[in-house]
Amino acid sequence: MSDTLPQGGTPSLHPESELEDDVLVQVDNLVKHFPVKAGGLIGRTVGQVQAVDGVSLTIRRGQTLGLVGETGCGKSTLARCIAGLIPVTSGRVTFEGRDITNLSRRAMRPFRREIQMIFQDPYGSLNPRRRVGAIIGDPFVIHKTATGAQRKRQVQNLMERVGLNPEHYNRFPAEFSGGQRQRIGVARALALRPKLIICDEPVSALDVSIQAQVLNLLSDLQDDFGLSYLFIAHDLEVVRHVSDAVIVMYLGKIAEAGPKRPIYEMPRHPYTAALLSAAAAADPKLAAARQRIILTGDVPSPINPPGGCRFHPRCPKAAELCSQQEPPLESKPGDPATHVTACHFPVEAGENLALAGRRERP
Amino acid sequence: MSVTGVQFQAEAVETAPEEAIQGRSQWQLTWRRLRHDKMAIASIAVILIMAVLALLAPVFAGLLHHGEYQAFTGAGLSSAGIPVGPGTHGFPLGTDYVGRDLLVRILYGARISLFVGISTTLMATVAGVSIGLVAGYFGGTIDAVLARFIDAVLAFPFIVLALALAAIYGPSLLIVIGVITFFSWAGISRIVRGQTLSVKEKEYIEAARSLGAGPWRIMFIDILPNLLGPVLVLATLYIPTAVVFEATLSFLGIGIPAPTPSWGVILSEAQNYYQAAWWYVVFPALALLITTLAFNLLGDGIRDAMDPRTERLFAARRMRGKRNVTLKDSELPHTPPAGATGAG
Repeated sequence: MSDTLPQGGTPSLHPESELEDDVLVQVDNLVKHFPVKAGGLIGRTVGQVQAVDGVSLTIRRGQTLGLVGETGCGKSTLARCIAGLIPVTSGRVTFEGRDITNLSRRAMRPFRREIQMIFQDPYGSLNPRRRVGAIIGDPFVIHKTATGAQRKRQVQNLMERVGLNPEHYNRFPAEFSGGQRQRIGVARALALRPKLIICDEPVSALDVSIQAQVLNLLSDLQDDFGLSYLFIAHDLEVVRHVSDAVIVMYLGKIAEAGPKRPIYEMPRHPYTAALLSAAAAADPKLAAARQRIILTGDVPSPINPPGGCRFHPRCPKAAELCSQQEPPLESKPGDPATHVTACHFPVEAGENLALAGRRERP
Repeated sequence: MSVTGVQFQAEAVETAPEEAIQGRSQWQLTWRRLRHDKMAIASIAVILIMAVLALLAPVFAGLLHHGEYQAFTGAGLSSAGIPVGPGTHGFPLGTDYVGRDLLVRILYGARISLFVGISTTLMATVAGVSIGLVAGYFGGTIDAVLARFIDAVLAFPFIVLALALAAIYGPSLLIVIGVITFFSWAGISRIVRGQTLSVKEKEYIEAARSLGAGPWRIMFIDILPNLLGPVLVLATLYIPTAVVFEATLSFLGIGIPAPTPSWGVILSEAQNYYQAAWWYVVFPALALLITTLAFNLLGDGIRDAMDPRTERLFAARRMRGKRNVTLKDSELPHTPPAGATGAG
């Protein structure tokens, strides 16, 4: 698996100013496989879930990297690997040039202050038995940065900053709405003034109107504190709204990556094109005029992914070559160098994939 | 518990909107519900009365001028050597086979029974919670070893061990407490382990790890508060079990050694006399029954008070009484009050 590395899989926003100083997090060829154990006392390993299989990416200071893909494509696993929450099978994660791959808990501690997470489920990510003040104050306790009255004041400042009433310090999470709970999660992530916040689908559990409020809050905080985000979502419109660069993942690999504009305006990978054609459009005229690319079949099992291009069984453009050889992740002719696609037959301008999909597949 | 919180808040805002700033903890909510449970309140009263009586045992002994070991071979026994019945010769509950005051002995017995019941349950709970948390949180080999050990303890014939220990070291209070503790923690451990396995997969545990919290902090600050409800119920139900356990061991002669008054000891002595002296077996048995029943009912009450589903039924019943609404209407999902929504 790892012998077929994607080449040059580092979407870069400023190819002209390739300063190392600009890079906050560098992920090189990250692989995460989960062993599948047979039942019984000993638990023989019978297979590997190839959740993330050779992903490289760069997160730059003050910028937002969007990560999209279907459920089960490995984006949350990737996030947890970068955050150091689960050990990495192989590959390397560097933070400000320092290798933080598979550090012990103690060695990871200083980096915890720099890398924080916001979780998907505003109900599951807050301990129902603890008061909001204690939840937001936890980072200060764990890292011993503030105690007593000073901590309380800092917590209340944070609550105010994320749009919560500081008087609600003594309430329990159950007494807040979903959007307010997500603000509590944001306050907790913000407490240690991190440089990077990994947002794992932070708004997908929220109402659309509330989504906008939380996204705007995240954007304000980014400006105020110079934060970088790794923003994971399955909603392409949300990612378009927040991101500077975008990575599209399919079955543990990068399908396409690059700056936001080319990806949304001129997707080269058939999978990206299909995702974009399926996204909801607010304008009914636009929605009616658009032709959706219907993908056939389900996402294959990551335990036994298809050979060659992992997308070939569902791809409207798949040919013989696709099932035999894995396409390298590279810049296609006519694209900027930062826009990379892993496809043998990238989508050309004006090509109608919806029609191709109806054709008899080879 | 989120349902409880939201429902409760809905109720709180209806009745007392000015109180809404201070969030109520799980314990405050449980106590509020427990207060409306007449059976639980009666049980608490019975347990408190029993505890006060046990504490005041020397006072009763002083008032009656009957020591716990003092045998009244004259006034306390009939001419045929049979214990005297309740009310005769100044013995309120009669006497035992050597003419000792049965009331005084039952009161002193209550001290031993409650002490053994509560101390063993406390130790078993601390041990059971710690071992269950460690097994559930660390998993892997540690869990496999501890879980098998728990199974082994649960499968072990406790009477055999108690008999063996009593045979080797002679029966004593220490052995009783040790044996009961040893056979009680495993049940608590198993429940705690199961709950830990489920709670540790929650996202807030991952959030704690991403903040850099260590395993002990996660176990005792993040996981434990979520388990205290079931643990409290379990502990309340283990106290009567331990009391009966002690009585059983003492009854078999491998528990508290004979002259010391314990309910099991008294019942054991009564075996040979109950046909002639009914009070000898009825009163200590009644004390045992009332105490264990009260603890069991209290445990049930706490369990009900902590279960949000029963709260909904309570609330429905209360509302029906107050406003004459049907159960169906009041069972519709509550929406949080205006103050908690929209602003997110």
